[in-house]
Amino acid sequence: MRPLITVVGLLLAWEALTWATGVPVYILPPPSRVAVALVERFDLLIEQAAWTAAEMVLGLALGLVLGAMLAVVFAASAGWRRWALPLVIISQAIPVIAIAPLLVLWLGYGMASKVAMAALVIFFPVVSALYDGLRRTDPGWIDLAQTMDASPQAMLLQIRFPAALPAFASGARIAAAVAPIGAVIGEWVGASAGLGFLMTQSLARGQTPLAFAALVLLCLLGLALYHATDWAARRLVPWQSPQGE
Amino acid sequence: MVASPSLSVRDARIVFGDRVVAGGLTFDFPGGRTTCLLGRSGVGKTSLLRWLAGLLPGSGRMQPTAYMAQRDLLLPWLDILDNVLLGYRLRGDAAALKAAAPRARTLLAEVGLGDRAGDRPETLSAGMRQRAALARTLCEDRPTVLMDEPFAHLDAVTRLELQDLATRLLAGRTVVLVTHDPLEALRMGHQVRVLSGSPFAVGPAIEPPGAVPRDPTDPVLLGLQGRLIAELRSAP
Repeated sequence: MRPLITVVGLLLAWEALTWATGVPVYILPPPSRVAVALVERFDLLIEQAAWTAAEMVLGLALGLVLGAMLAVVFAASAGWRRWALPLVIISQAIPVIAIAPLLVLWLGYGMASKVAMAALVIFFPVVSALYDGLRRTDPGWIDLAQTMDASPQAMLLQIRFPAALPAFASGARIAAAVAPIGAVIGEWVGASAGLGFLMTQSLARGQTPLAFAALVLLCLLGLALYHATDWAARRLVPWQSPQGE
Repeated sequence: MVASPSLSVRDARIVFGDRVVAGGLTFDFPGGRTTCLLGRSGVGKTSLLRWLAGLLPGSGRMQPTAYMAQRDLLLPWLDILDNVLLGYRLRGDAAALKAAAPRARTLLAEVGLGDRAGDRPETLSAGMRQRAALARTLCEDRPTVLMDEPFAHLDAVTRLELQDLATRLLAGRTVVLVTHDPLEALRMGHQVRVLSGSPFAVGPAIEPPGAVPRDPTDPVLLGLQGRLIAELRSAP
């Protein structure tokens, strides 16, 4: 309830500020005009939002799957770890925004370059969270499994991997929070659809209320993605959730 | 049950990190009986047990052993029954797993958890969890059982109850139990040996009278407890 009151209060203050200062609508539209744009252009906005949502979800899924696979490979094989882990770390020194134009060049203006961008942004947090989790298995569990003659494969899949799931869940939450950044950066650099694309288009044409309306939807999409991931993460590690939740 | 073989240590050298915990160690754990190793914290009890379990570098495990640690080590993502069957799950033998399931249920009933088989470990109390760990240890059905202060974290009454239960269920196996509690050693051990010094030496076997589990209020036992405490306090 409290966050809602805060938001309503801020919106009222913003509305009052625009009336009091008489700032032009194309610089800072009042919330009422943004609401009008939201209603009037709803069909367009929803269409673009669906496009961006697909980019975010696919990017998140791709990044989670690839990141988890690489983390498991690193945990299972010292050879891979020695050869590929430094490369993964070095790759993080490259600002992802700088690669965005290249991705658009290689993968085109369509959805693929945005999915790749979102996957790329979340890849490292996912690898690092799960790999850390896989390395920090409770030594007591490892000892116990050893006295039970567990094969290295059983040790990895039945002990270390489930034990690392809470760490993976944390990585997935971070990934869900940053995946939208990747998708929107991709749209800004070059796209033919999506909320980020709509924002750049409408700002260039002085349709600032529409750009703000797109921003509101982006915000809602980000929140929905985060909460959906958080819900799934809790289902994944039910033993970590406090009782009665 | 077929008589459990004895466990022999011959000229063992146990190293933990840079520290020599024991060198030239030679002694026997009699088959089918419980030997309690008593010593102060840090003397190397756990290292010896880990060495016997084949968990330390350079230690060849002599025969199949089941291992029970201080903590219950129940896996939070498995229910109690699957935790008890963990060894069979890890070895990946589907037929053996299926065959062991009824025995796991029987063991759970024996430790008083028959109605909790489908529950998750976090819903159990500390005493119940340690009982589930005991059932898991017994479900492995190995002739030798190694126990590392398995009841150290429990309250006094629960500890006494679990000592009785474990003594009953472990009968006939070759058990090595390390503990820093003289009374626990005297109640559960057919034989008690004191570890002392650095690197540690193993003291002579003390064999308290009477059948295990012994009555904790028996004056003979309490007298022995006083002697053991004095011995532990004077140890270097």
